[in-house]
Amino acid sequence: MLLIRCPWCGPRDEVEFRYGGQAHIAYPGDPEALSDEEWANFLFMRDNPLGPFRERWYHVHGCRRWFNAVRDTSTHRFVGTYRMDEEPPA
Amino acid sequence: MSRRLGTGGSWIDRSKPLTFRFDGEEYEGFEGDTLASALLANGIIAGFTSPLLDRPRGVMTAGPEEPNAFVEISEPWFDAIVAATMVELVDGLVADPRAGVGRLPDAGEMASVDAAHRHVHVETLVVGGGLAGRRAAAAAAKCGDRVMLVDERHRIDRPPDGVTVLPRTTALGVYDDGYVVAHERSATLERLWHVRATRVVLATGAQERFVAFAGNDRPGVMLASAAATYVERFGVLPGDRVAIFTTNDSGLESADAVRASGADIVHTIGVGEDPSAAIEGVDLLLVSGGWNPNLTLWRSMGGGLRYSRRLATYRPDNVGPPWLEVVGSADGDGLPGSQAHWLEPADDYSEHFVDLQRDQTVADIAQALDAGLVSVEHVKRATYIGTAIDQGRTSGVLAAAIVNQLLGTGPDAQGPSGARPPTVPISYATIAGPDRGDLLDPIRRTRIHPWHEEQGAVFEDVGQWKRPRYFPRDGEDMDPAVARECLAVRNKAGVLDASTLGKIDVVGPDAGAFLDRMYTNRMSTLPVGSIRYGFMLGLDGMVADDGVAMRLGDDHFLLTTTTGNAAMVLDRFEEWLQTEWPALRVYCTSVTEQWADVAIAGPKARDILAAVGADIDLAPEAFPFMTFRDGEVAGIPVRVARVSFTGELSYEILVDGRRGLELWEAVMAAGAPLGITAYGTEAMHVLRAEKGFVIVGQDTDGTVTPDDLGMSWIVRKDESDFIGRRSLRRADSLREDRKQLVGLLPDELLPEGAQLVDEDTGRIPMPMIGPVTSSYLSATLDRPIALAMVERGRSRHGETVYAPLPGGTISAEIVSPVLYDPEGTRHDD
Repeated sequence: MLLIRCPWCGPRDEVEFRYGGQAHIAYPGDPEALSDEEWANFLFMRDNPLGPFRERWYHVHGCRRWFNAVRDTSTHRFVGTYRMDEEPPA
Repeated sequence: MSRRLGTGGSWIDRSKPLTFRFDGEEYEGFEGDTLASALLANGIIAGFTSPLLDRPRGVMTAGPEEPNAFVEISEPWFDAIVAATMVELVDGLVADPRAGVGRLPDAGEMASVDAAHRHVHVETLVVGGGLAGRRAAAAAAKCGDRVMLVDERHRIDRPPDGVTVLPRTTALGVYDDGYVVAHERSATLERLWHVRATRVVLATGAQERFVAFAGNDRPGVMLASAAATYVERFGVLPGDRVAIFTTNDSGLESADAVRASGADIVHTIGVGEDPSAAIEGVDLLLVSGGWNPNLTLWRSMGGGLRYSRRLATYRPDNVGPPWLEVVGSADGDGLPGSQAHWLEPADDYSEHFVDLQRDQTVADIAQALDAGLVSVEHVKRATYIGTAIDQGRTSGVLAAAIVNQLLGTGPDAQGPSGARPPTVPISYATIAGPDRGDLLDPIRRTRIHPWHEEQGAVFEDVGQWKRPRYFPRDGEDMDPAVARECLAVRNKAGVLDASTLGKIDVVGPDAGAFLDRMYTNRMSTLPVGSIRYGFMLGLDGMVADDGVAMRLGDDHFLLTTTTGNAAMVLDRFEEWLQTEWPALRVYCTSVTEQWADVAIAGPKARDILAAVGADIDLAPEAFPFMTFRDGEVAGIPVRVARVSFTGELSYEILVDGRRGLELWEAVMAAGAPLGITAYGTEAMHVLRAEKGFVIVGQDTDGTVTPDDLGMSWIVRKDESDFIGRRSLRRADSLREDRKQLVGLLPDELLPEGAQLVDEDTGRIPMPMIGPVTSSYLSATLDRPIALAMVERGRSRHGETVYAPLPGGTISAEIVSPVLYDPEGTRHDD
């Protein structure tokens, strides 16, 4: 079970969190201006790297805050977690 | 014949004899014995049989790697199957041999006390109470760490100070970031420990390796170190005429220990001589094929192995997570060097056992290789070697070495197959602990629940809620009760406990703008005091939830959601507000349980409300449909909403939850002379289906757009964006053959989920055109009705479709989903 450092609550068990998929995928400013293909890319296409991955987590059974994390998908090691308004750690 | 020595045995207390039963016979042992040592002390050498070949087997080891001596424990606790080497002897123990396969107990045999779950945090957790583990624990304690030390044996010698020491505790699995689950079991308690440790030290030791030779499974063949353990710890000499076959010096040391206790060592055999020839002339054949570090836990966390030529086995590569380390003989430290000898050459390998608990031999491995397999993992799955209760503790390295040898690839080509938790079997009841029965999931009851119980309501689970399904009178079954409740609503009035509807308070200057983005229709233009029904879509354009919005003020809305989706909708609000639109000034609060909701529906609803006593002008002009008013009913402050899920004139009275029961009782008392009838969720479902009102999650399944439901009117057509809008223009959303909501008039009651076809060809498969989503006996229409999602259904009203079912085919006419009061006049009269 992962130990995840919530930016507000500190390290907590994984069971308190919900996974939110890839981070930094902004909702398009004008969805109507997108082609079907562009819209489908936004809806369905996500990266699946081996290594560091920026992803979203939700502390659903805690402070109920969303935050971002960089996690190495090959080791499960968290490089760091950061608030939605912060820059990802290097 | 007793094999107990006159003296010795560091673990046993000879002043404390114990009585136990094995296989129906009574025996004696001492406190400190294991069941295995007590059986050996009583001269039981061949008390077991093998699972597939029915060969006699005896105790072969003194630890958790035991592949033969499995028992069921029935007193004083229950364990379906466990190695006798790991059972601490207690007075009154009752055990029976099991040939490698456990028996599912009857409910009455199960432990009546739930296993407790304990959660602890420590800086250092040490697994293994041998010398290296105790040293690691003592060193960590000296540094000020909170330290826990667990060991699966019932005794830990010389436990270090300042350390929480748990004997009888098996680490079942090591997981990410220092999370370890351990099982503690004794005659009097059972606990599952959840340990979060900053650092985990695996001092899991090493175990002696077996060698494949003909008859190596016979009773009397024992690991050399196990015999020494029985002598030294338990004062038991497992045999008098002894042969030793060893590939390394430790075998000779074990033989010395046995000799010192009075045994004759009649043969000392090394590599190059066939030990099977020695079996006949002795009563104990000791085997030592070298030592394997115990690395199950290390490997389950992704730790790798490297081959050591000196040890002729695998050591940890020490490339693992930074918080995990391996020490002592588990790391290969101090283990004796060994010749690499796995297999005694022979023409016939059919009695060279590799995995005794699976009755698999070198011949079985050879057969798998002959079939073309080359990977140890594939051989494992073809032969089942390593898949038994002992999880390959004795067979894993041996099987890999034999594969390497038979393939001629060299001893380090392939290591043993993978290992994963749990390291020993554990019952589901232990995993569940106290979380079963009523504690499995929270049970939510409305404030009005006591009244429902008093009235003998039949309840159904809706999410975590208990909702009255119907209120049977005078021994009614469900159908007549539901028919009576439905007719009461249509002809007089019914009352429903709608308190379970999700309710979310949405406040802030941008609340209207936010809800415009979340719902398909425009909420920001809703006048204060009015109500609007809305759909929430997913980004994919599919219906996710429905509900109504009440505008309480310029910056204040109260949203309702379907009962089962309340948490999902609030989570969705939070997700968008926090991740996409943090600038919006909106705050969402769940108020589901703060409000009770008493919903009166039927032609007499207004009269009943008046009779209860309302300080609200109930005249239709003053209080029209889809508005709400604050006021008092029966002297209780309330908010009354004119919405309708039945098609009838309806008033939903929202009240402070704490006064919900009081209001309900006042409504029932005042309504009694007017024929008010309490109704449950089943009547609610029938009444709404008669009106063609969908239930999100029943008539929809996440692939349904508003247009599929014939509800394009709920989707605003202006330029402004809302979640899911763009997806409604995707080619798939515009397909002409999409399934659309229809009503059905069937010959007889259809089962929900039945698939419809255009033509019953009698030959399976037939092209399916869509499922029945809702189906009821309608008392109002005096016939069975249904809703269904049918390909191009909206253009097919009047056509006949068929539901081929095991009991015969039911035909149905496609009609509009609105089967009752299509003009919609009744809710507004």
